[in-house]
Amino acid sequence: MAAFVIRRLVWLPILLFFVSVITFALGLYGPGDPVQVMLGMHANPETIERLRHEYGFDQPFYIQYLNYVANALQGNFGYSLVKYRDQPVGVLIAEKLPATIQLNLVAILLGCAIGVPLGLVAGLKRDTWLDLVVRGIVVAGISFPIIFLNPVLTFIFSRRHEFTLAATNFTFSIGPFLPMVQGHWDGLFSPKIILPAFIESLGVIAVLTRQMRAGMIEVLSEDYIRTARAKGLRERVVVVRHAMRNALIPIATILGLMLGGLVAGSFLVENWFDVPGVGQLAFDALISRDYYVIMALTLLIAVAYILANLFVDVLYGFLDPRIRQS
Amino acid sequence: MQLAGRIARNPPALLGALVILMVALMAIFAPALAPYAYDQQNLNAARQAPSPAHWLGTDDLGRDMLSRVIWGARSAVFVIVMVTIIDLALGLPLGAAAGYWGGWVDTLIMRVVDVLFAFPGLLFVFLVAATLKPGILNWAKAIGLNDLVRSGYLDYAVVIIALGGVGWGGLARMVRGQVLMLKEREFVIGARALGVPTWRVIARHILPNAITPIIVALSMGMGDIALSEGYLSFLGIGLQPPAPSWGNILADNAGRYWRTFPQMIWLVFIPGLVLAAVVFAFNFFGDGLNEALNPEIE
Repeated sequence: MAAFVIRRLVWLPILLFFVSVITFALGLYGPGDPVQVMLGMHANPETIERLRHEYGFDQPFYIQYLNYVANALQGNFGYSLVKYRDQPVGVLIAEKLPATIQLNLVAILLGCAIGVPLGLVAGLKRDTWLDLVVRGIVVAGISFPIIFLNPVLTFIFSRRHEFTLAATNFTFSIGPFLPMVQGHWDGLFSPKIILPAFIESLGVIAVLTRQMRAGMIEVLSEDYIRTARAKGLRERVVVVRHAMRNALIPIATILGLMLGGLVAGSFLVENWFDVPGVGQLAFDALISRDYYVIMALTLLIAVAYILANLFVDVLYGFLDPRIRQS
Repeated sequence: MQLAGRIARNPPALLGALVILMVALMAIFAPALAPYAYDQQNLNAARQAPSPAHWLGTDDLGRDMLSRVIWGARSAVFVIVMVTIIDLALGLPLGAAAGYWGGWVDTLIMRVVDVLFAFPGLLFVFLVAATLKPGILNWAKAIGLNDLVRSGYLDYAVVIIALGGVGWGGLARMVRGQVLMLKEREFVIGARALGVPTWRVIARHILPNAITPIIVALSMGMGDIALSEGYLSFLGIGLQPPAPSWGNILADNAGRYWRTFPQMIWLVFIPGLVLAAVVFAFNFFGDGLNEALNPEIE
């Protein structure tokens, strides 16, 4: 176990090096010359040349890379060039991070609260109609495009619906059931969080349900479950203490990996609901070619993802003694 | 034949197979099936509800929705097929080599895959696509392919290269695992003892035995590719209008106008449901295929 963790720790800086070089190369050669972006389409070529020199964009790639890394290690990730002109990227991200973390936290909690029991039931009642329904929900959760759910669920839940009864003048209306975010984020306990968090949680629900169902089916066929039943333990004790606890172990892994993926995936939701979070920052930066912002965000998410991965592997060893010993 | 029978007895998988077949036929016969050209505008008939003249209504420029959806199938199928080919061309040999030789070959290839996986999925695809695009366009202009640049076909290349270049890692990991498991089996050791050349051992003895999980993974992956193409085009990094893509039809129609006039539900439901149906179909079909090919897990 110790050797495994040490091997992973040695690999960590190498991985970070490659990730940062690729991100830097994509940022530098990709979305357009930052000076051009800053000055607009009709800038004077001489001005562009002068600014390129001032910012060091005329230097060789490795010098620029080393400068970037040296600055980044001191917490300086450059400045926004477009929408948040001249604001330090680090400050921008720190400002936007809470909304995204809160949104993802609620999404993951929702996903666990719905996905784990669904998978548990499906695994216990395998091959019944209940199992079939749950598996249908799983496929639905990963199949509906977010870009479709966004407008449709907004329409259903965040708008007033007026109805007129046929042949009378009687009109009534229901809704809106849930308020929209529209740029004003009110934190964890505002009803505004429900709709975007629910849309993000659908993927979590699908993955957790599938894993929990498979885990339960596998665990229930183990010898120790038969032993537990043979001892005459009540079914509830067998399921909860013996089966469920073992089936939950892989869920921990998946949750860790999911955190990184969700933050990256949340920009479609954040953009539609106008959540002032990191996802929307990434979206704006990508569309407007705000080069330092894109780079810092990609790097940040990659680092978070790598660390989550490492953490999960270590955690896994603590949760499952069999792995620790091997 | 047995396989077809098993899938036919699984209603969701059968439904998935039918939807996939329908989309494939729509893609192949798009020019014959579509009642209008996909980019034919008629501003006098903008945003019309479904009618005999326009079965699925029209969008904000008066383009026939049915025609755009049918041509959109051609875009989606083309992207799915090409990306799958790239995934296979990279993931299969690299995964097999890593699993078979082990040692530094394995380390090198799997570390590259690790780096790919370290990036945040969809965001990385968008970044790669956004990066590739100006490069590919400038390169095409430089060698005098101005017509090609104007035609919009290079957008397909951007989408395909971005999705294929980022997506092969999963397949490589899976193939590696299969090869690692199979190379210790007696029939492989026997073949090597008989002096069968290495490439032949891999191609004729190992990979055919790993074909089941590969096919299942590809089938599930195709739904993801369709979804990613939709997202890319929705964001304006993928296929640009007037090129037809379900993602950009949704983007054209789901914006401010629909927020004001939500009673025009066809503007959003038609492209959205078509895209969802295709992803559904590939997932159901992949699930069914998995069960049909692995009866022992039943």
